[in-house]
Amino acid sequence: MNIITLSIITLAVIGAIAALILYAIAQRFKVEEDPRIDQVESLLPGANCGGCGKAGCRNFAESCIKATSLEGMLCPVGGNAVMKQIAGILGMEAVEAAPRVAVVRCNGSCDNRPRTNIYEGASSCAIAHTLYAGNTGCAYGCLGCGDCVSVCSLGAITIDPKTQLPVVDIDKCGGCGACARACPRNIIEVRKKGVKGRGVYVACMNKEKGGVARKACNTACIGCSKCAKECSFDAITISNNLSYIDSDKCKMCRKCVDVCPTGAILAVNFPPKKVTTPAATEPATTPTPEESNK
Amino acid sequence: MKTFKIGGVHPHENKLTAGYHITTAPLPQQAIILLSQHIGAPAQCVVEKGAHVKVGTLLAQANGFVSANIHSPVSGVVSKIDSVVDGSGYAKPAIYINVEGDEWEDSIDRSNTLVKECNLDAKAIIDKIAQMGIVGIGGATFPTQVKLMPPPNMKPEVLIINAVECEPYLTNDHALMLEKADEIMVGVEILMKAIHVTKAYIGIEINKPDAIDLLKEKSLEHQGIEIVPLQCKYPQGGEKQLIDAIINRQVASGALPVSTGAVVQNVATAYAVYEAVQKNKPLIERVVTVTGKSLQNPGNFLSRIGASLSLLIEAAGGLPEDTGKIVLGGPMMGRATANIEAPTGKGTSGILILTDDEAHRPDASPCIRCAKCVAACPMGLEPYLLSKVVAMGNYDVAESHHIYDCIECGCCSFSCPANRPLLDYIRHGKGKVMAIMRARNANDKK
Amino acid sequence: MNKLVVSPSPHVHSGLSTAQCMYGVLIALIPAFIVSLYFFGLGALLVTATSVLSCVIFEYLIQKYLLKGQPTIANGSAILTGVLLAFNLPSNLPLWIVVIGALFAIGIGKMAFGGLGSNIFNPALAGRIFLLISFPQQMTTWPRPSNLPMGLDAETGATTLNVLKYGNVEDIISIDVMEMLVGNAGGSFGEVSAIALLIGFAYMLWRRIITWHIPVSIIATVFLFSFFISIEKGLEFALIFAELQVFSGGLLLGAIFMATDYVTSPTTRGGMLLYGVMIGIITIVIRLWGAYPEGMSFAIFIMNGVTPLINNYMKPKRFGEVVKHG
Repeated sequence: MNIITLSIITLAVIGAIAALILYAIAQRFKVEEDPRIDQVESLLPGANCGGCGKAGCRNFAESCIKATSLEGMLCPVGGNAVMKQIAGILGMEAVEAAPRVAVVRCNGSCDNRPRTNIYEGASSCAIAHTLYAGNTGCAYGCLGCGDCVSVCSLGAITIDPKTQLPVVDIDKCGGCGACARACPRNIIEVRKKGVKGRGVYVACMNKEKGGVARKACNTACIGCSKCAKECSFDAITISNNLSYIDSDKCKMCRKCVDVCPTGAILAVNFPPKKVTTPAATEPATTPTPEESNK
Repeated sequence: MKTFKIGGVHPHENKLTAGYHITTAPLPQQAIILLSQHIGAPAQCVVEKGAHVKVGTLLAQANGFVSANIHSPVSGVVSKIDSVVDGSGYAKPAIYINVEGDEWEDSIDRSNTLVKECNLDAKAIIDKIAQMGIVGIGGATFPTQVKLMPPPNMKPEVLIINAVECEPYLTNDHALMLEKADEIMVGVEILMKAIHVTKAYIGIEINKPDAIDLLKEKSLEHQGIEIVPLQCKYPQGGEKQLIDAIINRQVASGALPVSTGAVVQNVATAYAVYEAVQKNKPLIERVVTVTGKSLQNPGNFLSRIGASLSLLIEAAGGLPEDTGKIVLGGPMMGRATANIEAPTGKGTSGILILTDDEAHRPDASPCIRCAKCVAACPMGLEPYLLSKVVAMGNYDVAESHHIYDCIECGCCSFSCPANRPLLDYIRHGKGKVMAIMRARNANDKK
Repeated sequence: MNKLVVSPSPHVHSGLSTAQCMYGVLIALIPAFIVSLYFFGLGALLVTATSVLSCVIFEYLIQKYLLKGQPTIANGSAILTGVLLAFNLPSNLPLWIVVIGALFAIGIGKMAFGGLGSNIFNPALAGRIFLLISFPQQMTTWPRPSNLPMGLDAETGATTLNVLKYGNVEDIISIDVMEMLVGNAGGSFGEVSAIALLIGFAYMLWRRIITWHIPVSIIATVFLFSFFISIEKGLEFALIFAELQVFSGGLLLGAIFMATDYVTSPTTRGGMLLYGVMIGIITIVIRLWGAYPEGMSFAIFIMNGVTPLINNYMKPKRFGEVVKHG
């Protein structure tokens, strides 16, 4: 009995002393922090993707609080909804920004771009890229080792086992651009996200002359500039035998898709041809190409 | 028996073509000359389309201090100046020449007579070497004249000639030593003169006893040249390892090898120097070992630079049906290629044809920390750790574990029982870390 | 023609595989196994078979159904764990206890950490220590060795270690070292024959499966340490005492086969030596002043835990680190 009481007392005393020491230290080394940092941070997705250009979500929250205006501050993953809430906490004006999404600018599936050799190095695009042109005839196209997949903290990219190309899930993608930075060939671009995820883009990065590019891949952009001539909005530019569609200028009329002789321009997430949608922005006369759902 | 102190492995030698005579490869119909066949800035093209060139005509001029001249290896007409898909599959700028006959520049002495006397002074020798576009043809292709001009605060004490040829399969240096021993000796003397040293060591592994005996005999006629037989161990032909093996000094991390007082040149480079200085012959041809177990007629071929791989493979009996991998260089450090139409360059020391059975890498399994890579690493690094942190993207940890010291010899991947691609990751991480360090240094200077 | 393979260098490999390393260690254990069969008969065989079989089955099941990965039993590491665990058990241990030990070794000691290569502690050792603590009675009742076919001579006696710990000078000097070298002594059945274990050591050195650093540093430390602490009782006694410490109990088995486990031992030469010396010291400390007569398992176990720290601080000597000019 005596022993039990004694142990209880001893433990209690040790506990009390420890608590006192801890309290004293906590007081002595206390770091004063703006409580709003925690509030803002709790609103953020917490993926620490770095898409905002800051070193993680907490760092972004800190800079939001330091900033005098939210101009140019955007959490690409949380989007406008989150920014509005942050603006509410900070009592500032929210600045609307268009949602963005990652786009894979290569359509060199196994059918379009035959594999010419076997890569057996470490499974990393960066390593394969420094070693050689890749297991196809195209030195610009996707290597398919999935560096973009492993950096995506939102699980929005997967490699399609059939085409061996990355596929972006537009619902999960926050447009942070981690994949675009990881891609050694700059194939992935973060573009303006159209209504319902629609987008028109050139799915090719091959800068070789038309013949060489076409030899490597069936759907290569040959730089023929038909699309640029067709475009009424000056959205398309051709440089280095390669066409590029500016997503900020593109009105998604899809005329370029029709004139492309190699099918290098993709129009994604448009409704199928037969269903007429009243909300469609393109002129009623434009037929929807068959590639639209690729 | 001398050898280097840390690490090393013993791969199967497979010197199938040891003792084979050097045979002259057929002239190509079209030669494609890359503008970047050396370490440093690509050379600047000085000929135009349609120009008639002879063997030895200057095609491209060195562009900067670390760069090298390129001369025409064939005679004919420049058909185009365009890009060519090289061994890596990437397009690189190149000069195409349609071959017509075999007419040489008059200044080149094509006779076989040995010219022993060299009356040029050091400066003139180095200029001549630079003019003739000599690069280190052991594989690294570093411009030779740069190595002969060390920074003023470092004084060369000895010349070390690298005749180790520790890469399995390759025998081109071996063949050259057996057939051109006298010329090599004169070349070594010229190099000694160029860097003002009186002592030269020629390091040869003991798997080439005939070359050791022959050169020992020849060295009696030349003062200050000593033949050093070395124990067989890979990577003895690495510059740092060779200096360690022969004069027992270790190059400090990040320092130039010449800081130890030694200048290292390859034995084939010494021969090229002889030809350049004594015979006015630019670097337009070299010995290439074409080898492989299934190859019909492997051999050591004297081939013009710019000939395609397929031409040399044809000369060796054609590409076997069961080919699985084509390697430019030796199996430890060579580069695999899928493009047999790629042109050869100054650094193409060998073409190795591996069969399909030999070509594949076994599947990797988890690291069991057996530390065989640590024991094998000739630089005293921890490959298992480096590859792990690189794969995770922890470049700062990789830097603090001296990833930049890696010489990419491949001993780690070679010895890994779990078949992990250690060097793949380390090489990648080394590139990343060096870029980070350069950026930081540039920032500090600002 | 086949598609060409492209990969970064090197394009050749030593040919050594993980499985070869594991099977190499198993081959090195054969002499000790034969000796144990001779002295302990069927019991040794049954315990070994049960242990190996349960280790392999547990690893297969856990790998396939819990970790949902490719079963890796072909690389021999589970077999090796099974054999090493069995060698550390008395030959008359009830087989159900062996199965529990195997489950703990594979399940907790290895797979819970992520499988081969990720475990912190030697799985066989984890299994043995678990059994030693859970079933102290059964785990320390060793049959006297005999070459009877059944080997179930239940008579148990004080082991050499007990004598070394509690016995007086006369008892200790009367122990026959020769018998211990051969293996005619009480103890877990794999550890009794010093000669058989040393043959295995020589084989592994010859095949370059392990280096000498860990075993030699452990044995040397144990010998020197026990020699110097007993020297006050006379030189001759100290020599015998030190010799007995080296040849008794699980020291050789532990030093040669358990402490050298790749995954749980340091990677650098210097680290290996430090690790070995520490194991030697801890072993003797536990043997002489601890609660248990045998300290080898605990010593290795403790140092397994310290290995990551050793790896962190003991770095290999780098090329050019000591710049020599002269």
